[in-house]
Amino acid sequence: MAYLDAASTEPLHPAAREALLAALDVGWADPARLYGSARRARLLLDQARAEIAEVLGARPDELSFTTSGTQAVHLGVLGALQGRRRAGRHLVVSAVEHSSVLHAAGVHEGAGGSVQTIGVALSGRVDLPSFAEAVAAEGVAVAALQTANHEVGTLQPVAEAAEACRAAGVPLVVDAAQSAGRLPIPPGWSVLAASAHKWGGPAGVGVLAVRKGTRWRSPYPEDERELRRVPGYENVPAVVAAAAALRARAAESAAENARLSALVDRIRAEVPRVVPDVEVIGDPVDRLPHLVTFSCLYVDGEALLTELDKAGFAVSSGSSCTASTLRPSHVLEAMGVLTHGNVRVSLPRGIPEDDVDRFLMVLPDIVRRVRQRLGVQ
Amino acid sequence: MIWRKKSPEPPAEAPAPVVPSAALTIDALGRKCPIPIIMLAERVGEVPVGAVISVLADDPAAFTDIPAWCRLKSHQHVESYELPRGGWAIHVRRQY
Ligand SMILES: Cc1ncc(COP(=O)(O)O)c(C=O)c1O
Repeated sequence: MAYLDAASTEPLHPAAREALLAALDVGWADPARLYGSARRARLLLDQARAEIAEVLGARPDELSFTTSGTQAVHLGVLGALQGRRRAGRHLVVSAVEHSSVLHAAGVHEGAGGSVQTIGVALSGRVDLPSFAEAVAAEGVAVAALQTANHEVGTLQPVAEAAEACRAAGVPLVVDAAQSAGRLPIPPGWSVLAASAHKWGGPAGVGVLAVRKGTRWRSPYPEDERELRRVPGYENVPAVVAAAAALRARAAESAAENARLSALVDRIRAEVPRVVPDVEVIGDPVDRLPHLVTFSCLYVDGEALLTELDKAGFAVSSGSSCTASTLRPSHVLEAMGVLTHGNVRVSLPRGIPEDDVDRFLMVLPDIVRRVRQRLGVQ
Repeated sequence: MIWRKKSPEPPAEAPAPVVPSAALTIDALGRKCPIPIIMLAERVGEVPVGAVISVLADDPAAFTDIPAWCRLKSHQHVESYELPRGGWAIHVRRQY
């Protein structure tokens, strides 16, 4: 099986596996207690915090661990809104944010707040002038923008958006789940969210960082853990493993990014050559190094994924033509690109070039067969 | 609150929008993507160049996908009119 779905989750990095097994033995005690084994757990937790903070460009005391990227986003958005209650109730987000951002926005709307959605270009990049204009308006409490889009890989102009937010005195929540551990975090965030399983750490570890001086209030009941930002007992071994994976990724990323990006360039160039009526979407240059998405006309996305699975390829799709989702992907819809026949290929670290060769070899015939079944010549 | 592209809501008292007539109407109501587009692609050659085809569709994907098809195939998406019973009449002009 060739695994081409790293954007859903990256396989566990070997450094993380090793660290996890070691930390299960020495880091199991309650880091809030004062005896030897507890102090050891506390030490491991704070060391991991310092290491992750350094890679992400935060201070250790700004950073707390959550149970997922989703929880980090929910806490980041809702906590920033709570902290700015007196300044306003208006939230500005891009139209292509992850559902975790949009669902937090929905909670805010349900509580009487307002939400403004900024559109994107055909490439998926947010309309920066509109974003800047929106955050400069009266009564804006918080803005949110992702570093990179999870469905099409397009990078967002976060540094520029952050500059507009700074000028307006509005905190910017940055969802870095897709880029953290692969690319440097752009400067200017007030609140940062990321997720360890996306960079090769274990599941169950998210990162929430709140910049010093940013007003932030937890929407949850009070709890002492994680600098009072995240409730509940920490998963110290998993956090240690997350730090080990991030350190390893940071060391490898220059070489591996270049290799994966060249493979993505090949897919971007080859797919339209070997498959008729296909559109490669997302920005060809300002993009994640490992992710490429294309849409095939006249193809049922679910049938395509099923056929690819049978041929030994694990890929994902934002298509609506699946039994589980009745609506098309809000990302593809906002971009104005085909929402059907959509395939997202995201390359995990260390993927053999041969997997990509074979993918390109089997794809044309699979698309032809799926089209034939729909009666398309 | 998942963001969706919507056609603008008509004001409450405004009369139902008048959908201009088309050279050919394709009824794809109740058909799921990508069938409405396949029907359009099959029949676009039946009208003269410059004429308008109206695709009736209620799969939400069609609202985005038919204009996207026009862009890819260099035809013109004229307008999408909301239908009183749900769905749209999506008007496409044959360009070549
Ligand atoms: C952009 C983005 N934000 C947030 C998340 C949520 O992260 P998690 O899977 O850890 O809950 C994801 C994961 O799909 C994502 O891609």
